[in-house]
Amino acid sequence: MTTIAEPMVHAARRTRRIDWSPYVVGVGIGMLSWLAFAVFGDPLGVTTAYSRIASLFAIPVVGADAVAANSYWKSMPLKWDYGVWFLVGIPAGAFLSAVLSGTWRLELVPEVWRERFGPSVAKRFIAAFLGGVVIMYGARLAGGCTSGHGISGGLQLALSSWLFLGVLFATGIGVSAVLFRK
Amino acid sequence: MSILMSILGPVAMGAAFGFLLQRGRVTSCNVIENQFRLRDFTVLKVMGTAIVVGGLGVLLLVDTGNTKYYVKDANMLAVALGGALFGIGMAVYGYCPGTALGAIATGSVHALVGAFGMVAGAILYALTFDWLKAHVLNVWTLGKVRLPDITGVPDIVWFAALAVGAAAFFWWIESSEAERA
Repeated sequence: MTTIAEPMVHAARRTRRIDWSPYVVGVGIGMLSWLAFAVFGDPLGVTTAYSRIASLFAIPVVGADAVAANSYWKSMPLKWDYGVWFLVGIPAGAFLSAVLSGTWRLELVPEVWRERFGPSVAKRFIAAFLGGVVIMYGARLAGGCTSGHGISGGLQLALSSWLFLGVLFATGIGVSAVLFRK
Repeated sequence: MSILMSILGPVAMGAAFGFLLQRGRVTSCNVIENQFRLRDFTVLKVMGTAIVVGGLGVLLLVDTGNTKYYVKDANMLAVALGGALFGIGMAVYGYCPGTALGAIATGSVHALVGAFGMVAGAILYALTFDWLKAHVLNVWTLGKVRLPDITGVPDIVWFAALAVGAAAFFWWIESSEAERA
């Protein structure tokens, strides 16, 4: 009895993943939005606060005077407001979830990428960096990201956000078809 | 609101958001890439459910005077160009800004590298803002409009259509996923 059960227990522990159904997670994020609107008056979003923080990194690059004189950062100065503290919470919650579910692991090159582009870490890092540049420039130009436009704007039935969602998915699918073509 | 609440409140909200993203597997680059490759519909399932559930609740909260709408400007050219760049960036990076912040904390080093790219992108935007404002941001602007305003179709009809459409689509996805498994 024990000789059979023991290896099975070990196998179960190794493959244990406590993922939640995407629908349950979606309901959770929807309910979180209720709180964000009703209690805080500040819909879920990421990139507005992100660009406030980016001004800190800009000081050594372009100089403090140029940052102070920049018309965009004048309209969006660095301040420790709701959005910035919200950004601090995201990694904390994700870390907690990953540790509790035993899914925390170092990842240098993700599986899907490795299958197509090989195991080169440098190649993946360069692509991730450039992708990061383009995604944030696009988010600021559009006025939001998958959270601020996609979820918060989508649930308000905002015209701008549904345009954003449509263009984002159409472009993403098209670019992926080219990137991952056989 | 006390100082403590104005810090702990948003940190707790962010932590709940990050926890949900990780538990829903959307902090995985593979899951996001496979959404764009139409092999894994987790991202759409999460977003679609969040939009319908969140939207119905917020509609009720607005109607009962407990909150208001925070609609972003429909600068059609800027949003379309921004959305296209976002789609390109997301397909290459494999994350969106929020899921990337979560992924960094789950051990994804390449997500951290991309986060520095996002800082560079934000700086680049600020430096080109004056030109964009003169040439892009003010082209075809419709203001803070909502779909019910411009179509005359009431909110509840939009949500009913979204809910039915999403349910039918996900039912079809689930049954074809079950067939493949």
